[in-house]
Amino acid sequence: MSDTDATNAETVGSIPDDAVATSSGSDGSSSRLDLGSGGPDVAEQYPLQVEGLRKTFGGITAVDDASFRVEQGSLTGLIGPNGAGKSTTFNLITGMLQPDSGTVTFDGEDITGRKPHAIANKGLVRTFQIARELQDMTVLENLMLAPKGQQGETLWRSVTPGFRDDVIEQEEELLERVWNVLEFFDIDHIAEEYAGNLSGGQRKLLEMARALLTDPDMLLLDEPFAGVNPSLEKRLLEHIHELREQGYTFLLVEHDMDLIMENCERVIVLHQGRVLTEGSPEEIQANEEVIEAYLGGNV
Amino acid sequence: MSVREDLADRVPGGDAGFIVAVLLGVYAAYVLAGVALGYSIRGQLNSVAVLTFYIGVFAMLALALNLHWGYTGLFNIGIVGFMAVGIYVMALVSKPPAGTGAAQIGGLGLPLVVGIVAGMAAAALLGALVALPALRLRADYLAIVTIAMSEIVRFTFLSGTLEEFQLFGQQVGFGGGSGVILNFTDPMEAFFRFFGLWDSYLGIVTAFEVIIPNNPKPVVDGLVYGVVLLGFVAVLYWLLKRTGESPFGRVLKAIREDEDVANSLGKDTNRFKIKAFMLGCALMGLVGILWLMTSGSVTPNFFRPRVTFFVWIALIIGGSGSNTGSVLGGAVFAALLFQGPRYVKNLVDTVIPNADAPSSFGPAVAPLFSNFDPSPLFFYTIDSIRQLQLVFMGLVLIWLMHNRPEGMLGHRKETAAGIPLTSSRAKGTAHADGGERGGTDE
Ligand SMILES: Nc1ncnc2c1ncn2[C@@H]1O[C@H](COP(=O)(O)OP(=O)(O)OP(=O)(O)O)[C@@H](O)[C@H]1O
Ligand SMILES: [Mg+2]
Repeated sequence: MSDTDATNAETVGSIPDDAVATSSGSDGSSSRLDLGSGGPDVAEQYPLQVEGLRKTFGGITAVDDASFRVEQGSLTGLIGPNGAGKSTTFNLITGMLQPDSGTVTFDGEDITGRKPHAIANKGLVRTFQIARELQDMTVLENLMLAPKGQQGETLWRSVTPGFRDDVIEQEEELLERVWNVLEFFDIDHIAEEYAGNLSGGQRKLLEMARALLTDPDMLLLDEPFAGVNPSLEKRLLEHIHELREQGYTFLLVEHDMDLIMENCERVIVLHQGRVLTEGSPEEIQANEEVIEAYLGGNV
Repeated sequence: MSVREDLADRVPGGDAGFIVAVLLGVYAAYVLAGVALGYSIRGQLNSVAVLTFYIGVFAMLALALNLHWGYTGLFNIGIVGFMAVGIYVMALVSKPPAGTGAAQIGGLGLPLVVGIVAGMAAAALLGALVALPALRLRADYLAIVTIAMSEIVRFTFLSGTLEEFQLFGQQVGFGGGSGVILNFTDPMEAFFRFFGLWDSYLGIVTAFEVIIPNNPKPVVDGLVYGVVLLGFVAVLYWLLKRTGESPFGRVLKAIREDEDVANSLGKDTNRFKIKAFMLGCALMGLVGILWLMTSGSVTPNFFRPRVTFFVWIALIIGGSGSNTGSVLGGAVFAALLFQGPRYVKNLVDTVIPNADAPSSFGPAVAPLFSNFDPSPLFFYTIDSIRQLQLVFMGLVLIWLMHNRPEGMLGHRKETAAGIPLTSSRAKGTAHADGGERGGTDE
């Protein structure tokens, strides 16, 4: 466990320069025009690649042959009308649902159908549209749960005298980290409150804070700002941009069109389970199909 | 979900002090009732020993169940099956070989400690076997699977097929419906001999002749065994408290609250569930052993599902999710609901020895209406107290569900972390704005 953690921390730290360098300079071994499932270059430039993803629920086709990819270090928006299949796509990517067909590739590895915890441990972590706080645990407990590589998660270490001292030491370090995050998210005053007693917006914040504490490489955020007050939303966005510059990648589902257009460099539009189009905010805003299908012509 | 005032906070020694205080109160009530009704000293000491025994076993079972249900949300209603496997396997391993004993089924003749470890391991393995397929399904399937398992275990030990068989060249067996005689060394003797204290123990027994003139040994044995059981309760409490107050316990709690969330944060929840389940099952096996090891014999029909439900009642009384509550629930259940009515019956039988109890409900109630004589109904009630006990338990359960669904201690905050998760920034490492934190809630 602690090994994975170390690797992760390293990856997170070293991504920004590395990724840009390797993806622009060719190492000559693979074809540079390969835009398909991707050689090593493509895998590094686009850590998340979704190919022909499909999921039906009875008669409903929630995701219908969706293909897209998310660029390393980007803040990519995933938009679409209600019921377009955005949340289902998240569930398929993170292993909470099994696709009927199609593949999901993360960091050059096929993760289709892997267990959710394995995918999360690879550094691909999601939040839920309807916040799922652990109600009968305090905010602090919720957050202390998240970090990876906790020695004390091994039962015998937590129980055996001597070994427990190391566990306690790590707990103290974690708590320090957790307090920093709490303060950043402005929920430190409710640290000892049960998560079940939080307001809707506070739950959203807790969930995002918790996801960040896992030290992910890529975060899939399902409407993270629903119910969050505007000034905090602004701060969170600033923070997301900061993290993005450090090398984290974000895929963001959001209904607030202005927010998407102002903050995302790429936007993917889902409509009835299909990828309608993909492009820069300007391209999306100019796209007739999108305007017709989604924006209702008012942009 | 408001946090009620926590009684345990006002007792010196915190949770452990509170448990001790409650136990002392229970004992005082028993002794006072006995004194008031003129119970003999022998009778008094005996009733204290029996009470201690049941407090011990129910407290331990409630602790183990709390690990399953209170922490992890695993719905185990097959507790008694794990207890059965524990003591049966222990008997198989530790009974003397067939040749040396009388004309009856033998065992492998290994030391008691080996038998106890084997019994616990067998219970844990059975737990894994049951849990592995059921954990993948929805949570309530585990309930169905465990209760079915406990009945299968009982019928297996009842069956003639396993009455006798060959194992490692020894003729061993489970004895079918007539059960097995536990003809290994007296566990108490083995225990004290191990520490070289057997002779001092016998000395203490002799000393008791001052209070109990003839044959004090069974009484002293009972009392000392009770104390040993309370020692086991303390060890289990310590173990499970540490388990709960750790990152491991935190993941268990998260699984109980929302398994998907734990998964999405990278926790392999199935592994945690299996580990917690196996640990709890091993402890249930241990209690099976401790409960029956000194009783001379075991029969399969001891392991009817109702023992399982007794443990559930104990846990609900104490408040699921709390280790302190589990111990208290076990003690209160044993003292008031399990042993209490029988104690009352014994007392009444001693005080009014030759009372004729009516044989059925009709004759018991009739005098109440014909000449306002309540005594037949009273004696009838006392006489059928074992049956009425279950009705009484049901009533208490219903009352609890309505009035104290979170157990007798109310909602308790037992933090799932190795360190206290309260206003850490008060430590002085605080940022500039860290001053006003602590004590904002509660
Ligand atoms: N578990 C399920 N069982 C049956 N149908 C489902 C399930 N999950 C999603 N669906 C259906 O799949 C379609 C896509 O749902 P999804 O939640 O992915 O939409 P969405 O784009 O996230 O919408 P919103 O913007 O409202 O959150 C909907 O028609 C929904 O009814
Ligand atoms: Mg959605």
